[in-house]
Amino acid sequence: MKTQTYTLNFGPQHPSTHGVLHVVLELDGEICVGSKTQIGYLHRGIEKLVEDRTYPQVIPYTDRLDYLSGMSNNLVYVQTIEKLMGIEVPERAEYIRVLLAELMRIASHMVGIGIYIMDLGAVSAVFYPFIEREKILELMSHISGGRMTFNYMRIGGVAYDLHPDFYPELDNFINEFPRFIEEYHKLVDDNEIFKARTKNIGVISAEKAMSYGLTGPNLRASGVDYDLRKISPYSVYDRFDFETAVGKNGDCYDRYVVRMKEVEESFKIIKQAYKEMPEGPVMAKVPKLIKPPVGDAYHQAENPKGILGCYVVSDGSPKPYRVHFRRPSFNNISIYDELFIGHKIADIVAILASFDIVLGEIDA
Amino acid sequence: MEFLNNIFVNIAQWIRELLAALGFSPVWVEMGMAVVYLVAILGVCVLVALFYVLWERKLAGYIQRRPGPNRLGPNGWLQTIADAMKLLTKEDVVPQGADRIVHLLAALFIFVPTVLALAVIPFGEGMAALDLNLGIFYLIAVTSLSTIPIFMAGWSSNNKYSLVGSMRAVAQMVSYEIPLVFSLLGVILIAGTMKLQGVVEAQSSVWFIVLQPVAFVIFLICAIAETNRAPFDLPEGESELTAGVYTEYSGMRWALFYLAEYCNMFVMSSVAATMFLGGWHGPLLPGWLWFLLKTFLIMSCFIWFRWTFPRIRVDHLMNFSWKVLVPLSLANVFVTGIGVYIYNNGLGWW
Repeated sequence: MKTQTYTLNFGPQHPSTHGVLHVVLELDGEICVGSKTQIGYLHRGIEKLVEDRTYPQVIPYTDRLDYLSGMSNNLVYVQTIEKLMGIEVPERAEYIRVLLAELMRIASHMVGIGIYIMDLGAVSAVFYPFIEREKILELMSHISGGRMTFNYMRIGGVAYDLHPDFYPELDNFINEFPRFIEEYHKLVDDNEIFKARTKNIGVISAEKAMSYGLTGPNLRASGVDYDLRKISPYSVYDRFDFETAVGKNGDCYDRYVVRMKEVEESFKIIKQAYKEMPEGPVMAKVPKLIKPPVGDAYHQAENPKGILGCYVVSDGSPKPYRVHFRRPSFNNISIYDELFIGHKIADIVAILASFDIVLGEIDA
Repeated sequence: MEFLNNIFVNIAQWIRELLAALGFSPVWVEMGMAVVYLVAILGVCVLVALFYVLWERKLAGYIQRRPGPNRLGPNGWLQTIADAMKLLTKEDVVPQGADRIVHLLAALFIFVPTVLALAVIPFGEGMAALDLNLGIFYLIAVTSLSTIPIFMAGWSSNNKYSLVGSMRAVAQMVSYEIPLVFSLLGVILIAGTMKLQGVVEAQSSVWFIVLQPVAFVIFLICAIAETNRAPFDLPEGESELTAGVYTEYSGMRWALFYLAEYCNMFVMSSVAATMFLGGWHGPLLPGWLWFLLKTFLIMSCFIWFRWTFPRIRVDHLMNFSWKVLVPLSLANVFVTGIGVYIYNNGLGWW
């Protein structure tokens, strides 16, 4: 029988494209035979905008890259400038940074996992992680005043020391979080429908994942043990005892498992960093006007979504000559067009969600 | 007690006598009674739907660790009424390029099978508008009609999401119709009648859920699939097809689909209560109240499933029906048939 394929505009106004991603699907009934991912609906030109800002003024812009992990973005940028200027950051500030970056990772993965399972149809699954995320956002607002856009890290340290309210709330979080992890594993891991929807769906081999430049949990789900926190530790990550979460099959289920495992490992780091946190200043001696020497610097860090790189070129003036961000979600979605083909509409939703993309980062 | 039990039957009798006393001929009395039944059924249907919309939101809230609607009226119990008011005042958009007449009619037709089905449901002893000899047969016939308005809605909307949704709906409802019918066959074999009142009377000593547990589970699964509820809500499939067949509907027409979904759920849970849970049988409380309580229990199960399971994929859905439910329900009919044969030949249930 002769049948006809049809074009379906999946997004940008669609509940499960995680913002304004636009995928033009060529479908044969329910099965995808062609796909073209289109981005740019959230482009704000951050890289160009910051050329007209002083170095510290760039920090709030980084909050808006991957808006679910503002702290981690702050960290990459300030560390790049510190590298460029050769600033030594006080011990306590480093510990605070690591603590917050790992809290941020948990918060980001809570959204990633929750929305992922919600997109598979289990709406209730989104509420449980969001409660935990809420606690983290409350913690963050105690120290920075913001819930998602923090502007907390500074070149040479952090803006303020931890607020006294922060400690009891963090204790509270540390006490309650393991119970959530246990509960969530019970609710989701062995659900037959969840397994049927995710196992052997969107399989990425290790070679393919590397050739497409995937990073973060999506790469590790394919069985590649590559975590910058282990391979080239930045800040004080070499002092903590944790494992990297690595998957096996590179399917949607493994991407869930890896994220859950990462949350547990982050939780370990948080406990260690909190316990070993030294006293002292939180800000290095930096000049009032930040004018890095002529030159360039590249720094990258393991963000919740993958490796966020920051490249800064300085011409010796108070404003950066050029700033470029290597945004992990942008690289991660490059595999979509190939991966979608041969899958059903429902699987496309599962694959899309399992990557945990953020459009603010893709379009920058 | 006896008074409460028969209160609605007595009211109907009183209206009938009133109409006769006013000098109408018997034909007109019957016509008048038909109108009374229709109004009563529609009233029950809409009231129940309004209640369940709210109950679903409340229960979903409890499942999701949040309070649910709690602002309007005592503990939020007036929320649905306010929502209905809002939807009534909204613009009724018909998309450009849509098949206008079919598009508009689909929202009305969706109610027809529901109301037709409710005509034979015995809400209590002697409380069915029509007591057909082939009640179950009629019920199955009219409920399967609800595929048509859904396909009309999907086809006429001129939207690809709607079309995919409606194609899924047809495939799903046709596939699940079969195990649904087979699961009821076991009950019919034991009761020996297709009359719904008769089926309930046959359960005066033991409910059929005890004799037909497999059929009950199959029926429950198929009922969820027939009413397009999660985890079988593929025709709507919010995260995949935005709103599936309902994508292009707005305002009150969308609300009609929504209301029809709840009415359909009510029909299905009434059938389950009638066929498996002993209908109006129960101690102390009046029969109709028992019936409503049993439907409430099954409806709550529907809601519970919806807010706990992920959505099943379209090919798994078909496989599950044809490879699991159909053979299982056939086996159930076979085993029941043997059991009934042995019982009828004087060997008893051992």
